[in-house]
Amino acid sequence: MSIAPTAPSAAVELPATRRDIAPLLLVPLLMLAMLPLVGNLATWLTLSVAGLAMGMMIFIMASGLTLVFGLMNVINFGHGAFIAVGAFSATLVLVPLRGWLEIDSLTVNLGVLALAIVVAMVVTGLLGWAFERLIIQPVYGQHLKQILVTMGGMIVAEQLIHVVWGAGTIAVPLPAALRGALLLGDAAIDKYRLVAVAVGLVVFVAMYLILSRTKIGLLVRAGVEHGEMVEALGYRIRRLFVLVFAAGASLAGLGGAMWGLYKETLTAAMGGEIMVMLFIVIIIGGLGSVGGCFIGALLIALVANYAGFLAPGVALVSSIVLMVSVLLWRPAGLYPTGRG
Amino acid sequence: MLAPDPAARQPLLRLAGVHTHIGQYHILQGVDLQVARGELAVLLGRNGAGKTTTLRTIMGLWRASSGSIHFDGHDITHLATPAIARAGIAYVPENMAVFSALTVRENLVLAARDGPPDAARVDWICGFFPALRTFWLRPAGTLSGGQKQMVAIARAMVEPRTLLLVDEPTKGLAPAIVQSLMAAFRELKTQGTTILLVEQNVQVVRALGDTASVMDDGRVVHAGPMAVLAGDAALQQRLLGLSVDIQP
Amino acid sequence: MLQQLLSGDLPRSRILTALLVAILLGLALAPFLTSGARPLNTAATICVYIVLVASYDLLLGYTGIVSFAHTMFYGIGAYGVGLALARADEPAWGVVMAGLGLALLLSLVLALVVGLIALRVQAIFYAMITLAVASSFVVLASQLSDFTGGEDGVTFSVPHVLSPACRLVEREVFGRQLDGRLLTYYIVFGGCLLLFLFLLRLVNSPFGRVLQAIRENPFRAEALGYRTMVYRIWANVLAALTASLAGALMALWLRYVGPKTSLGFEVMTDILLIVVIGGMGTMYGAVVGATLFILAQNYLRDWMAHGAAALDGVPVLAAALHPDRWMLWLGMLFILSIYWFPVGIVGRLRLRAWLAARSLH
Repeated sequence: MSIAPTAPSAAVELPATRRDIAPLLLVPLLMLAMLPLVGNLATWLTLSVAGLAMGMMIFIMASGLTLVFGLMNVINFGHGAFIAVGAFSATLVLVPLRGWLEIDSLTVNLGVLALAIVVAMVVTGLLGWAFERLIIQPVYGQHLKQILVTMGGMIVAEQLIHVVWGAGTIAVPLPAALRGALLLGDAAIDKYRLVAVAVGLVVFVAMYLILSRTKIGLLVRAGVEHGEMVEALGYRIRRLFVLVFAAGASLAGLGGAMWGLYKETLTAAMGGEIMVMLFIVIIIGGLGSVGGCFIGALLIALVANYAGFLAPGVALVSSIVLMVSVLLWRPAGLYPTGRG
Repeated sequence: MLAPDPAARQPLLRLAGVHTHIGQYHILQGVDLQVARGELAVLLGRNGAGKTTTLRTIMGLWRASSGSIHFDGHDITHLATPAIARAGIAYVPENMAVFSALTVRENLVLAARDGPPDAARVDWICGFFPALRTFWLRPAGTLSGGQKQMVAIARAMVEPRTLLLVDEPTKGLAPAIVQSLMAAFRELKTQGTTILLVEQNVQVVRALGDTASVMDDGRVVHAGPMAVLAGDAALQQRLLGLSVDIQP
Repeated sequence: MLQQLLSGDLPRSRILTALLVAILLGLALAPFLTSGARPLNTAATICVYIVLVASYDLLLGYTGIVSFAHTMFYGIGAYGVGLALARADEPAWGVVMAGLGLALLLSLVLALVVGLIALRVQAIFYAMITLAVASSFVVLASQLSDFTGGEDGVTFSVPHVLSPACRLVEREVFGRQLDGRLLTYYIVFGGCLLLFLFLLRLVNSPFGRVLQAIRENPFRAEALGYRTMVYRIWANVLAALTASLAGALMALWLRYVGPKTSLGFEVMTDILLIVVIGGMGTMYGAVVGATLFILAQNYLRDWMAHGAAALDGVPVLAAALHPDRWMLWLGMLFILSIYWFPVGIVGRLRLRAWLAARSLH
């Protein structure tokens, strides 16, 4: 689906446009600024990796939420359902193949993990498709009803998780090859966190490439701005909506599965618990902006980790303080898309 | 000139008794309009007469509450907008609706449904609008109003379309750009594209239009050859409150 | 006289009137119609929830604002009274008033601050911001566990006249001991009745009509000269204060405050469910909805347990009918209500009555 570059003959060379790089600097600046405050390089490294790992997972979970709002102007207060369902669906692979997870082989473990993630993404993708058709479609354009209906959807989904998987929590121990930490000098870096960072980067790069290089990405970016014109150009934007919604749900499922493993326990309420943080992230990033969501997620997680170390009582408040600070600088978020 | 084909004498676009309600407002109150194949039809009228609403209703962006719209022999009254576009109609709205975050190139790529834009065709378009060449890889949001209008028209030209609906393209544009637009329309006409143009610019209207329809209060109150309207100052005064035949 | 009392907002449906009268009588005479602690507890909870949901209806149904911070104000009221009584040496009325006063002050300030900052933005932003503020509050409350009792909450004693030990009259009346508990119940009942009538008066006043105009079309209201921000902030503040008062009454009744019962999202979800199913923008929807909900919460689960036992062999159905899963059914009813009964039970009843009246003419 990629678009072959066409340029008219004798295209004139112009100086490159000024790109908005200020937000891109926030994460590295924050990390550098924290180094002297933390003092110890090893501790800083551990904290930073922990923050980046958590941030990546939050980004994966939040990306669907912001994209759906930007494109469809739909606010999904039930997004947490996909996170929880994704995590629980992963157990459909992780529990039966428990034995394989105990084998201390990286390839075997990653293989099982990959399979679990695929299952999680497929299940949540289908759930997302159904959710969009049954619950969201009747309330396009009515924000109040959307908020209520999607909350209802999450309540029902949470209960259904209880029905299918039982009322308690499920423990999901990490695969054997991913337990423990790598030692980098004095710093202990959890192996699983590295995997999380890697997956997050892959997802981000993939989303970036799809959005900027493919026709579908083009449609999404255009649709975020002016859905009506996209229809007037001959594209059935409703189909795009469903696709993006299902993809967003799938990503949430991926994020949920990874996060479940990170916490090593699953509860049906895990999706609902993290909704507040996701909302803060997408508000910081700018509703509809994937890049902003990425930066926002990393910032939130890093700040929470550093604050947890430097001033423990401050952690959740730190997210709100961060949100307020960003909004004071850029009232519509880091990369406003003009929507909301 | 070839002898006119009897089948071709059917109007390409025919609106019959079209009513459109927006909320509680009854905007179109029985519009009858015909556009013949290959002609450039001009739609005139005071502000608020319903010209934009007519174009939007044809395009399916607003639902006609009654009446019928036929295009190329097909009834498109109740089709969805994407289907109407795919039937061969291109729409250039009054606010241009250029995608600001996308580059000029990406805007055209999106408009080219059948695959990547043909390089020769793109060159042809840039012949009329050299600025597109210059700003090819720039986000369309950084362009001036006139340049955005070029992008909007270019989108409608990037692939051959049967009918173009254009809403006040020259509003607020410099004369040089207006000339480019007129040249583009003329060229499109020779290629056989039909154009329904909403315009208030007297120059464009007089020079290009084959037929003129005048709207007032949601109805078409006059329709006929442009020459007739252009030659009758009293008629112009009565219908539009202005004169089409102003000496430049 | 009835018109005056109900501020002109009559039920307008015979079934609804019957329901409301039944509920009123039921709650008024609950101590004497039932025996034991559980039904009385249910009745007191119904009273408090009626006010809690009605005050939320003021925001959601009449002004069109979705806020997730409502439970926070409820909790502030409860904790204000509860912590004051817990910390004080003597559980005196002065302590109660002081705690209540501080709680109301805190609610006022928070409602103003949140309103001023957030009510100028789109509804979605406001909903998310209230969600964030409310969750921070919950976390704060559980973190300051020395002060607030953390996850477990705090039990405390109430002024002597309200305690079960205080016998007002030695004899039993209709099987009920006329003790401090009974007095507490009637304070709760009376207080909630007054608060409800106050809300009813509020929404049927010119102020209430402007709120509804703002809900329908804020731009038009602004154009007509009403400063929508001011009205919204007033609605926010009044709703918050009423919720706090409801919380205080609940604290007096339960003699316990804790995050789950007073602050958590379980309560917020309950409020949303009740207000939508009962009927947004009707006030009476809160009455009918809260009664049905609390009754179901306490008694339906027993029935569901029977049902689950009967279906013991069937795998999924048994799990779905398990009493803990009553939220599942309620959630589905909630979703259906939003689509098909957007006016809720009360709205439906009124519509039926209106249609019936029309068809007669």
